[in-house]
Formats: sequence, C-alpha cells, structure tokens
Amino acid sequence: MIEWLFISTGLFLGWSLGANHAVNVFGSAVSSRMVRFRTAAVVAGVFVVLGAVVSGGGTTRTLTTLGAVNALAGCFTVALAVGLTIAWMTKIRLPVSTSQAVVGGIVGWNLFTGSPTDTYSLSRIVTTWLVGPFLAAVFAFAAFKIVTAVLRGRRMHILTLDAYTRTGLLAFGALASYLLGANNIGNVMGMFVPAVPFGDVSLGGLLTVGGTRVLFFLGGLAIAVGILTYGKQVMTTVGHDLYKITPLAGLVVVFAEVLVLFLFTSETLEALLLQAGLPTIPLVPLSSTQVVIGAVIGVGLAKGGKGIRYNVLGRIAGGWVVAPIVAGVSCYIALFIVQNVFALEVVRTSSYVITPEVRSELSQRGLDSQPLAQLDGKKIIGSAQFRQTLQRIQPWSEKQMVILFDCADLDTLVVDTVQAFTQREPLPLSPQQHRSLAAFHGATFEHRWTLDQALARADSSWREPPGTLPRKHVIAFLQLRERLYEIFRIRL
Amino acid sequence: MDILLRKTLNLEHQIDDYLDLVIRGALLFKEGLKCYCTGDIEHFTAHLRDLDAIESSADALRRAIETRLYSETLIPESRGDVLGLLESIDRVLNRTAETLTQFDVEMPDLIEELKPLFMELTEASMAAVESMVSAGRSYFRDPERVRDYINKAMFYEHEADNRGDQIKRKVFRMNIDLSWKVHMRYFAYHIETISDEAEDVCDRLAIATIKRSL
Repeated sequence: MIEWLFISTGLFLGWSLGANHAVNVFGSAVSSRMVRFRTAAVVAGVFVVLGAVVSGGGTTRTLTTLGAVNALAGCFTVALAVGLTIAWMTKIRLPVSTSQAVVGGIVGWNLFTGSPTDTYSLSRIVTTWLVGPFLAAVFAFAAFKIVTAVLRGRRMHILTLDAYTRTGLLAFGALASYLLGANNIGNVMGMFVPAVPFGDVSLGGLLTVGGTRVLFFLGGLAIAVGILTYGKQVMTTVGHDLYKITPLAGLVVVFAEVLVLFLFTSETLEALLLQAGLPTIPLVPLSSTQVVIGAVIGVGLAKGGKGIRYNVLGRIAGGWVVAPIVAGVSCYIALFIVQNVFALEVVRTSSYVITPEVRSELSQRGLDSQPLAQLDGKKIIGSAQFRQTLQRIQPWSEKQMVILFDCADLDTLVVDTVQAFTQREPLPLSPQQHRSLAAFHGATFEHRWTLDQALARADSSWREPPGTLPRKHVIAFLQLRERLYEIFRIRL
Repeated sequence: MDILLRKTLNLEHQIDDYLDLVIRGALLFKEGLKCYCTGDIEHFTAHLRDLDAIESSADALRRAIETRLYSETLIPESRGDVLGLLESIDRVLNRTAETLTQFDVEMPDLIEELKPLFMELTEASMAAVESMVSAGRSYFRDPERVRDYINKAMFYEHEADNRGDQIKRKVFRMNIDLSWKVHMRYFAYHIETISDEAEDVCDRLAIATIKRSL
C-alpha cells in the first residue's frame, strides 16, 4: 500500500505532463477545430500509454545514469518537488519543461545525498535541449517549403487539402503521442525505476509483465488522464496564442515534432546507426514544448520571418534556465524536510570501502589511487560521508567521483544459482553463461565489479559486448547483470 | 484514400456545379437580352424562365453546400470566407435574374440607336461575372491565379461603367420625354449593377486569398 503513496507523486507528475503537453501534439488540430477535442484526447491517451509501455525504456536509462534515486521516499520527494515546480511555474505563466525540471530535481537529489552526478550524461542531456528545438526548426522550415512547393504544383482543391490535413493531423498526432509517451515516461517514472516497487505481474499465466513495465503503464495512464481531464483547458488558454497557426502549418509543426522525438527516442534507429558505423543520437527525454516552439519558429522563418515575437522567445529561453534551477533547489529543500522532519530514508544507505583490491581497480580505470591508501580497510557508511571523506584527501572531479563511488560501493553478492535458475521470468542465459555461473554457486563478492570480473574470466560470454554491437545487445547484457545483482544481493 | 475523399469530392462537385449555374445564368441573361433587343419575345421569355429555374436550383445547392460545410466542420479556417463568398456570388445571380425579370415586367422601349450600347454593356457586365466565377474557382484550386481573374473582372466592370455612362449621356441629350430618359437610365443602371456586385465578390476574394496564403 505504501508503494502507491510513494508513486502517487510520479502519477501526479504524469497527470501534469499530460495536461500540459497534450497541446503539443493536438494543440493546433483542436484550436483550429480540425479535430474534435474528444477524438484528439482519446487518440492521444491510447497512444501515450502504448508508447510508454512498448518503447519507454531508452530515455529512462539515460535518466537513471544521471542519478539513480534509489529509495522510494527519495523518488516521492523528487517527483513532488518537480511536480510542484511545474505547477507553480505554469501558474505564473512561465513556460516550463518537464524534462528540465526532472533533471534539475535529480541533480538536486544527487547534491543532497552526496551521490555523484554523471557529468557525461548531464552534458548529453543539456546539449539535446539546445539541439532538439534547433533540429525541429530546421525540419519544420524544410518541410514547410517542400509542402508549399508541392501544393503549388498540385493545384489541390481546398476541400481535398482540408481532408488530407485533417487525416495528417490525426495520424501525426497519434504518432507524436506515442513518441511523447515513449520519450517522456522517463521523466514521470524514470526515477522510480531503480527503486521499482512492483514485482512481475502474471497475466493469466500466459504472459509475465516486468515491474518496470507495470510502472510505465501506470505512468502512461496518468499522462492519458491528464490529457483527458485538463488538456482542453490548457489547449484553449496556454495553447491559444502559441499555436494560432493555420492547420497546414500545424501539420508541419507536428511532423517536425514527430521526427525530432523519433530521433531522440528510437532504439531501432540507434541500432541502425551503429550498424552503419555512424555516431548515435543520445536517447534523452526532450521537452516537447521546446521542440514545438522550435518548429513554430521554423515555420515562421519559412514564411519570411515576420511575426516571430522575439520578446516571447527571450522569455521562453529564460524559462529553460529557470526551470531546472528552481526544481533542483526546491528538491534539495524538500529532501531536507522529508529526511529530517519525517525521518524517512531518501537515499538507500550504502557502505563504501577502500581496499588494495579496490585501489588496483581504480588504477585500472585511470585514477591515481595512491592518496587513498590511508583509507585502506576503512568502511564508510552513507554517500554524503564517503564524498566528504574523499574530498578531505584531495579534490576530485565529478567524473572521478562516479568511478570512485562505483568501485568502492560495498554491495555484497552471494551467488545462488538455485534462485537464479528458477526465476518466474527465466534469465536469458546462454548455455555457456549457464555453465560458468553454476561453477560459482555459493561464492561471495564484495562489489558488483568483482562478480563481473570473475564471470568474465571464467567465460568470454560474460564480457561486456563492444560498443560497436547494436545497443539492444549491450542493454540486454546490462539488464541481465542488473537482474543477477538483484537476485544475489544480501539485504541487511 | 478514395473512401476518405469520397464525401469531399462530392462536395467539390457541388461547388463546381454551383459556379456552373452562375455562368449559365450569365449566358442566359446575355442571350435573353439579345432576343429582347431583336424583338424575339418568345425566346426572351423562354430564357427568362430558364434563368429563374437556374436561380432556384443555385439557391438550393448553395444551402446544401453551406449546411455540409457547417455540419461536417469542414475547412474551419476558411469556412467563414467560403460561406460569405457563396452568398455574395448568389447576390450576383439574383441581381441577374431580377434585372431580366424587370425587362419582362416593364417591357422598356429600348431606343434603336442605344441598342448596340446596351448589348456592349451587357457583354462587359457578363464578362465581369464570368471572370468573377473563374476567380472563385481558382480560389478553391489555384489561389495564385485568383489575382489574374480579379484583374480581368475589374477591367470588365470598368468597361461596363463606361458603357453605362455612355448610354446615360446619350439618352439625356436626346429630345425625348424625361420619363423615357429615366426609364433607359434605370435599365442601364441595373445591368451595370450586376458587374458592381461581381466587383464586390472579387474584393472579398482578394482578401480571402491573402488569408489562405498566410
């Protein structure tokens, strides 16, 4: 029951995302009366849930690498702080991005708990915030030019054009809803993934649905409810000025939005790019509001650049800076209150230990571990304490901190092959992996990486697949390892 | 895609049919007046009857189109313009039928010397109507050509004004009864008004076309 209370803030976040973002997929269609609100809301609701459940994994992983909020009370507080930030900023009419507020919230959690922030992931996310709207503007500009040139040549009747535009708005709106669900479910439920409160759910014994999928389904449902209950109000107020464009321009905007969301969401595209030896596009939760604003500007420029209100743009850009900062600060304050006033665990208490073995691993990973020799054998409880101890020795960059936390994390694992081989949802083990794992039955490992290394030494099938392989394989491998940690972890 | 467009295509045909009726109305007016000028009253009456029938059919068709545009919430952005356009085009057809009816009611005694000018006035006025219909058709399919047809319509409207003025000047310099003069002026004015109505439609069209391009 307590799980429901904790994830309620995630559901609230989902609801507010649905209410605020329905306008980005069906805003122009509904405000121009091309599509009825009820039709739009039902289509958007169904496709958002589908997108969240079917393709919601990619962007979530990026968020969890940024910071794994690993205690339910922590998730609750972060989601609450972010949700309230969004509600407040919407109230004072500042354009707000759920993605940015969520990232701000996670960084706030990292700062409060002393957990390291993966600066590489953070820089990738921040870069896409700039690239997303820019790409949308470019796509919308090009698409608008092409569409007008084609229409000029085709001499299409206004009613035929109307029928095509209507169908296009509905089709691309559905696609955009699917991608919104897939891309933004990470914002809503991403932070609950490391602390997933549900077990696997069996559907009539035929199909087993993982806890994460259940979480995504609930998040998708919350977004859909947001669209149905409050989407109309937002469409007729907030969306009115921003999306007062012709239905055809609206179609171009949604098309550009679909393209950009697809680029930053699709794991299939990523696999194809890898296969072709091309650089991949990071799978990051984007702000659909910003993407749409970028696309509207693109269409405006294609029409000659007149009518673009630069003061409004300045205000929007200001919102992009303010949102993560406000969310981060409010999250920090909320965590302080929840931890100290309500005495709830906002971060899973982890222990860290420095041993010669750990130092050797740190050296392997390119860190000068000699100064840490003074900590040999010392066990430090709590991430904040560990960070303070490390900082007392010498200053470390966030990148080095990520490695230090990973190597020193005391996560005792006892290999129990009976448990591992009798899972309700069987582990996807190859025969070699099965054999080599069986040989370790009863063995104990102090850190996750020590188990990884032991297995890799025993059989090459346990070595991490190279980055040149499709990400799907790499992710499947990492997920398998995560499941093993879960099964073998000793809970104190 | 055919299923999707079937209803749309049907409505497109209805709009085309409506514009065809306006063109046929203009042609009937021209032919009717020609018959009147040559004293062929039998054919004049037949043309008038046809024109009245066309006017009634056009009214029914216009109402059907308007109802469908509203009930199926089609072209929401341009619906107001299109409805206004159809109604103003309808006024042109009404004025055309009404003017020919006035000939039948009042049987004006057209002065022989002025008959060629009356025919020229009619030609110019009907040419303005035809150009207006072409502009209307282009608005639906090829907005870029609307401007060309509007220019043509404006030109013919100006020509009609000139012919009308010529008739009035000539008639008021003739040594005939004032009542006859006024009667001639009255009919010249009415034929001229048809092209003025067509000009009003073109003004609407010009604005509606700009709105479509935004």
